[in-house]
Amino acid sequence: MEAFLGGGILATLASFLYPVMRFLVPPPVVDLGGDEVVAAKVGDLKPNSGKIFRFGSRPGLLILTSDGTYHALSATCTHLGCTVQYRSDMHEVWCACHNGTYSITGRNISGPPPRPLDAFDVHVRGDEIVVSRKREA
Amino acid sequence: MISAIIRWLDERLHLDGLIAPLRHKTVPTHRLSYWYFFGGITLFLFVVQVITGVLLLLYYRAGANEAFESVQYIMTQVRFGWLIRSIHSWSANLMILTAFAHMFSVAFLKAYRKPRELTWVSGMLLLFLVMGFGFSGYLLPWNTLAFFATKVGTSMVGEVPIIGRPMMIFLRGGEQVTGATLTRFFGFHVTVLPGLVLILIAIHLFLVQRQGMSVPPETEEEWVRNPSARREMKFFPNFLLRELMAWYVAIGVLGALAAIFPWNLGVKADPFVSAPAGIKPEWYFLFMFQTLKLIPSKVWLIDGEVLGVLGCGLAGLLWLLLPFFESEQPSHTKKWITGLTIFVLVYVIGMSVYGFLAK
Repeated sequence: MEAFLGGGILATLASFLYPVMRFLVPPPVVDLGGDEVVAAKVGDLKPNSGKIFRFGSRPGLLILTSDGTYHALSATCTHLGCTVQYRSDMHEVWCACHNGTYSITGRNISGPPPRPLDAFDVHVRGDEIVVSRKREA
Repeated sequence: MISAIIRWLDERLHLDGLIAPLRHKTVPTHRLSYWYFFGGITLFLFVVQVITGVLLLLYYRAGANEAFESVQYIMTQVRFGWLIRSIHSWSANLMILTAFAHMFSVAFLKAYRKPRELTWVSGMLLLFLVMGFGFSGYLLPWNTLAFFATKVGTSMVGEVPIIGRPMMIFLRGGEQVTGATLTRFFGFHVTVLPGLVLILIAIHLFLVQRQGMSVPPETEEEWVRNPSARREMKFFPNFLLRELMAWYVAIGVLGALAAIFPWNLGVKADPFVSAPAGIKPEWYFLFMFQTLKLIPSKVWLIDGEVLGVLGCGLAGLLWLLLPFFESEQPSHTKKWITGLTIFVLVYVIGMSVYGFLAK
């Protein structure tokens, strides 16, 4: 009888708690950004400078080096998620939050970042600079 | 007139019976008694927070497209809005400062010893909640500094193994810091945290009233040896009037700071700009921020940030359990706990100053 009563109370509690727990977790958001985005127009960037662009719901960083090569990286620091920037004085990518640095290809060089930044493919199509996710080999 | 009202109430509610315990309550007096005031000042500043918070709620609107503008409206259009917001911000900072002062005074005076272990634990939980108030409230104006502070803070939660990621998504209301995060933080700040804090304050005050105020071990030993050396004052009205004086000083300092150094609003948050150079969290998180900054990316095989976050969590847990390592005898209090307290104080101040000065 006690087990029946106890089980009934637990079942009642579970039936209250389950929907609440499910309610607390936000539904997943579909990222409609696609695999490709126009990050800038040719001429938008001066040599040895960088620019943040939208890649879906996340920021990306487009860099034009002094020798005229474009690089595109994820702009989310792999340490604790701040948005990185290109430092023309250092010729490196820098995170202001905890002083982490990366090379222009995204390799983590110094400071706390544990992993490289994701690198994207860059193509110049007409006057548009198109950034796309790297194809899996 | 007033005495007639009191008499009318007394006939119905027997107020004398309610006040009687207060009349008998005493507070020990010794050369370190003034440290007792910090708990009361923290409570007073919490009341200031509730009042100014309710006032700000009349105009504040949560939402990524409205929050910044509504705080701007409060500061520029609403009469004395700048002052109310400035008092709310300054009082929050002073409250955390006095809560820290209260905690360290309790630690150094060893007031957490038996039978007051639960008073310490409830006080520490209150301090964590107050820091939660600071963290959640900081985001509400939706400015750049707050946006990145929230990104970093919630990412730290995400580094905790197994439960970290679901907790981060719960806090952010999604994968990223967005308007959904702001809505959640607003909810925590104005409903969940105040509710929990009120319950814990009630428990904390009940314990203080029930057990009376602690006396430092050396004084306690001396009073046991020589009972005639014992000094006390009545809580009501003697101690209470002194406490009111302390509150009066606190309100003077608060008013002066809020009026002379009005709190800045900063620049509206934009998720698609880089974190600005020189970005730093609020001063009470600086020691943790600087510690994380100094840990290398890999320590042996463990990621530096995982180690930092777990280290901070473990240190906090041990600090919470401090009374349970202490001796019950006032003559045998543990020297290493005093040493640890000095180390923690020097570490927190040292790392905060280092974090403040570092580029």
